[in-house]
Amino acid sequence: MSVHESQAAPPAPPAERRRASAWANVRTAVRNSPATPVYAALVGVFVIAWIVVTIDGGTFLTVDNIVGMLQRSVALGIVSAGQTVVILAGSLDLSVSYVISLSSLLAAETMDGQTANMVPAILAVLLLGVIVGLGNGLVITKLRVNAFIATLGTGLIIKGYMDDRYDGPAGAIPDTFEELGYRRFGVIPLSVFLLALVVAVIYLLLRYTRFGFRLYAVGGDEEVSRLSGVRTHRTIIAAHVVCSICAVLTGLFLASRLGSGTPTVGQDGGYDLESIAAVVLGGTALAGGRGGVLGTIGGVFILAVLDNTFNQLEVNAFLKDVVRGAVIILAVAVYARRGGTGARAA
Amino acid sequence: MSTATATDRFEAPVSSRGERLRKALIGTAPIFLVLLVLLVLISIENPNFYQEPTVFLAFLKRAAPLVILAAGQYFVIVAGEFDLSVGSLVTVVVVVAARLIDGDPGNTWPVIALLLAIGAAVGLVNGLITTRLRVPSFITTLGMLLILSGAVFLWTGGAPRGALADNFREIGRLGIEDFPVLEQLPYSVMIMLALGAGAIVLMRKAWGRRLMAVGDNEQAARLSGVRVENMRTVAFVLSGLSAAVAGILLGGFAGVSAQVGQGMEFEAITAVVLGGVALGGGRGTVLAAMAGALTLEALFTLLNLHGVSGALEDTVQGIIIIVAVAFASYRLRGTR
Repeated sequence: MSVHESQAAPPAPPAERRRASAWANVRTAVRNSPATPVYAALVGVFVIAWIVVTIDGGTFLTVDNIVGMLQRSVALGIVSAGQTVVILAGSLDLSVSYVISLSSLLAAETMDGQTANMVPAILAVLLLGVIVGLGNGLVITKLRVNAFIATLGTGLIIKGYMDDRYDGPAGAIPDTFEELGYRRFGVIPLSVFLLALVVAVIYLLLRYTRFGFRLYAVGGDEEVSRLSGVRTHRTIIAAHVVCSICAVLTGLFLASRLGSGTPTVGQDGGYDLESIAAVVLGGTALAGGRGGVLGTIGGVFILAVLDNTFNQLEVNAFLKDVVRGAVIILAVAVYARRGGTGARAA
Repeated sequence: MSTATATDRFEAPVSSRGERLRKALIGTAPIFLVLLVLLVLISIENPNFYQEPTVFLAFLKRAAPLVILAAGQYFVIVAGEFDLSVGSLVTVVVVVAARLIDGDPGNTWPVIALLLAIGAAVGLVNGLITTRLRVPSFITTLGMLLILSGAVFLWTGGAPRGALADNFREIGRLGIEDFPVLEQLPYSVMIMLALGAGAIVLMRKAWGRRLMAVGDNEQAARLSGVRVENMRTVAFVLSGLSAAVAGILLGGFAGVSAQVGQGMEFEAITAVVLGGVALGGGRGTVLAAMAGALTLEALFTLLNLHGVSGALEDTVQGIIIIVAVAFASYRLRGTR
């Protein structure tokens, strides 16, 4: 485990050795990876969905349909990738859906329909992400407020501000920026590349950087890693910054899809609880220290396949919620049985 | 309880009644101080608040569902878990009541019994999944939230149907008329006081001590012979029951809507945490948790009086809970 390596001697990065062994033992890595059962489940769900939809007379295994599922995974995928990072650190972020809404508003109002304003708008939105992440991280570490309460509080603060200032959609997205939501290269939408980029960056961050090792160490046992010389506070704060940046990227993407900023876009998507569900569905332990971003994306795809199947079968929207809730509980129950770890959430 | 083997091990250490009272006061003092300050501020804005008992009672009546919900949530939190399903359970209770009673007063009491059974059953399922299948309670109750809100509207076809009978609504609205001094003693306030007293007594009994021990140090509690899984499951059942009662009161008070319970899980958790109860378990009293709920309601009342829009209410609530928890953990520093 990276935990022990990163604890041993912080100045000497064990990355070289790790990289070599990781390539040499791909097979063991796959076997031991927490993501493997997730993708096994994804394949299972996919095949069942294919059969069910085909029997029902629909079309499932077409390029259009699969690309459609991918595109619908982008927003949830990006937030969940960020959520993975904070959950690995033993924290969690309930403010993401409000951050998404606020960033869509900030982007649309700063752009105001002008292509020339795109760069300042993107910078402003990224800055928003950094500020919210820093705020969350500082409150959790320095004021020692439980992450649940801290991020719930931040979310409420942002929600109140938006409810007070906005009655509905505001600002305008220039056509150039709408490309992000609608442009396609061949059959693949540009936004899918954005998702792939975010996932790749976070994967590399978790697997090959000191920050990544420390993150697993802190999530595994904060006290032990602190005593081993890890600056746990910095690690947790950085994790929250990464998470909030992912949230604002989602906001940018949703703004480009909708053509304007919307104060409810985040809550309507239920991205706070939904992203936590995707992370846990992806095999990451809610208590921290175990899991990874690839599993999370598998979890997001599982939810997307379910969603697509229900839509094709024209299943009642409320039944969808019932099944989704049952699937989440069932999946985590299966993981708990396999992993045999404690079931403490707080 | 079936855990008779360890009945006496968590009895309070023998000490004089006065000593215990003093300790209890110190432990819960900050939230009562905040509550007092808020009530004084409200009275300055609106002198009727203390001059007319009815105005104060109306405040208590409004607060009753949240106070009861907070008491239920307290059991779960002090045992080291979360219950995110209570908000949707409140909605389920109200919607089911409206559909089944359908305006017929004769149906009221059987339906109330059914609603309490639903609450207990949901709590039991939450508890069993969390303890036996070892699913983190955050996920269990999140899944339950989705299942409940989906199921109830699947059943009613998307929107609440039917109507509550008058005698059902009276529980949340009316009270004993011509009561000396108070003019009217609302039923909901009486229910709140009775359940609150029950919760306090329960937490002072051996059962309460064991529950506290489960949240404080699960391993130690288990080794001392406490049946940790059973304790936690019962805590979830109590939370489900409290949500059912809160739903019955709210249905009468606020009427039937699909949004009636929305966000109440977070309000209840906020109230409990405001009362100084630590998330993660093992710390805090149920009295302080209920006082936290009253404080939250007083805060909303005060903001209303000041003409702060409903929207900014959320912002203030967000700031308050962060500050309150930061303060609580500052006080705990060194003792933990």
